[in-house]
Amino acid sequence: MSGRISSWSARHMQALLSSAGHLVRSPLATILTLLVMALALAMPLGLLTLVQNTRSATGDFSGAIGMSVFLKSGVAEAKAQQLTGSLRARGDVSAAELITAEQALAEFRKDSGFGAALDALEENPLPHVIAVTPVSSATPAGIESLRRYLVSWPEVETVQLDSEWVTRFNAILAVLRRVLLVAATLLGIGVIAIVGNTIRLEILNRRAEIEVTKLVGGTNAFVRRPFLYTGMWYGLMAGLTAWLIVAGALWGLSGPAASLASAYGSHFVLSPPTAAELGLLLLVGISLGWIGSWIATAVHLQRIEP
Amino acid sequence: MISFEQVAKRYPNGREALAGVNLRVAPGEMVFLTGRSGAGKSTVLKLIALLERPTRGQVIVNGDNTGQLPARRIPAFRRRVGVVFQDHRLLTDRPVFDNVALPLIVTDSSLKEIDRRVRAALDQVGLLGKERLLPLELSVGEQQRVGIARAIVGRPPVLIADEPTGNLDPQLATEMMNLFRRLNEVGVTIVVATHDLHLVRESGLREIQLDSGQVSDLAGPLPHIEAQR
Repeated sequence: MSGRISSWSARHMQALLSSAGHLVRSPLATILTLLVMALALAMPLGLLTLVQNTRSATGDFSGAIGMSVFLKSGVAEAKAQQLTGSLRARGDVSAAELITAEQALAEFRKDSGFGAALDALEENPLPHVIAVTPVSSATPAGIESLRRYLVSWPEVETVQLDSEWVTRFNAILAVLRRVLLVAATLLGIGVIAIVGNTIRLEILNRRAEIEVTKLVGGTNAFVRRPFLYTGMWYGLMAGLTAWLIVAGALWGLSGPAASLASAYGSHFVLSPPTAAELGLLLLVGISLGWIGSWIATAVHLQRIEP
Repeated sequence: MISFEQVAKRYPNGREALAGVNLRVAPGEMVFLTGRSGAGKSTVLKLIALLERPTRGQVIVNGDNTGQLPARRIPAFRRRVGVVFQDHRLLTDRPVFDNVALPLIVTDSSLKEIDRRVRAALDQVGLLGKERLLPLELSVGEQQRVGIARAIVGRPPVLIADEPTGNLDPQLATEMMNLFRRLNEVGVTIVVATHDLHLVRESGLREIQLDSGQVSDLAGPLPHIEAQR
């Protein structure tokens, strides 16, 4: 019994190696097919890496939602202090800090380079602002109700959620992820078609061998085995090549990306696909290769009879 | 071992290759199948090897009715019928050993078993020592013998050969016949289709003559055979 099992596994090993041998014996055709498959796999992988890097470059904003409460221009500083104090006392607020009109003007003068222009103004155009940080456990609904409550105060001109641009940005990322999914699906189908067609040609090339094998009593499963392995080899190697392509592209982008990041005062570094993503890529590649060769053998092997 | 009852075969192109053939080959018997080109010799062999199914009538080989055998049982059926072709149909990109081993490889035999039986089969056809050569590095007669080694390596109870001596000179043809006789002596049932009437007469074995898709004449001892019409 164990002899049968070991000869069974020896048979599989033999099919695995001989299918690899067939690929090596026609290197140009193999490389061209691999390149097309690898490009099809590299595109979604590249897009995924782009999305992941954009997310990590901009940080994870989901929890960090603050709001700026702009007071009406006539409100006195003492009143502003009082309002700030009462905000601090609220259970759903973790911090509230008053930025007086004078502080804001001084800061603006320092940072903007418009000092001389500001000097020409007769009075400070800036309002008092209270920077409010809700407790970290606050839900989006809780934050929204806090905002409405603050807007209802007579001294408040407007309340701006710092999260608005984050929300929009996350929405853009969500769209990108959906685009990624659609592109990956279409390109995956493309990979299956490429493998299927390659295996179809391989079957036609090895027609004599298939006929003789069936003649001496080879089952359809036996005849099919090396072609399935060929498809899986293609998938594996295309996955590795796709990873090399993306790694190469990232290396090419790293210089410009670093200068872009430093222009924004960030130390962000482009990160390559993770080991888990590489593993998933190879798994997807092997599966697509298997599916493509399975379809091709199902269609074409039945037709070849001695 | 092999029996045809009222067997007709019409190919999809409309050609009627056999029209009501009756014949029997007893276990352990060796017979010749003769007749002009197009008389239906190849069709009879194809029906025995289940490369074709009969249009009408019954073909029984090794106890299986080939007309009704489900597709999934065809591989097992074919392992019990060795086939030798005139053009030998070897895989030219693989060495002799791999060609002969093919019928064992498809049955998941152990590597040790394959090695032993391939050498035994090559020894029987006188090609021991040529395992690593490619078929095209052999002479035509040797290639034919590789084909025979492949047909007998799985020890099938039935062996069929289509014009096995067609490409061989008289001396090689006689050697080939002696090889078949030796296989027959160890119990293999053999059907040889041939043009070479001289070889047939010389052998003294039974001859089944086909003409226009029917059994036309009988020669030699007639143990189990009925004439058609």
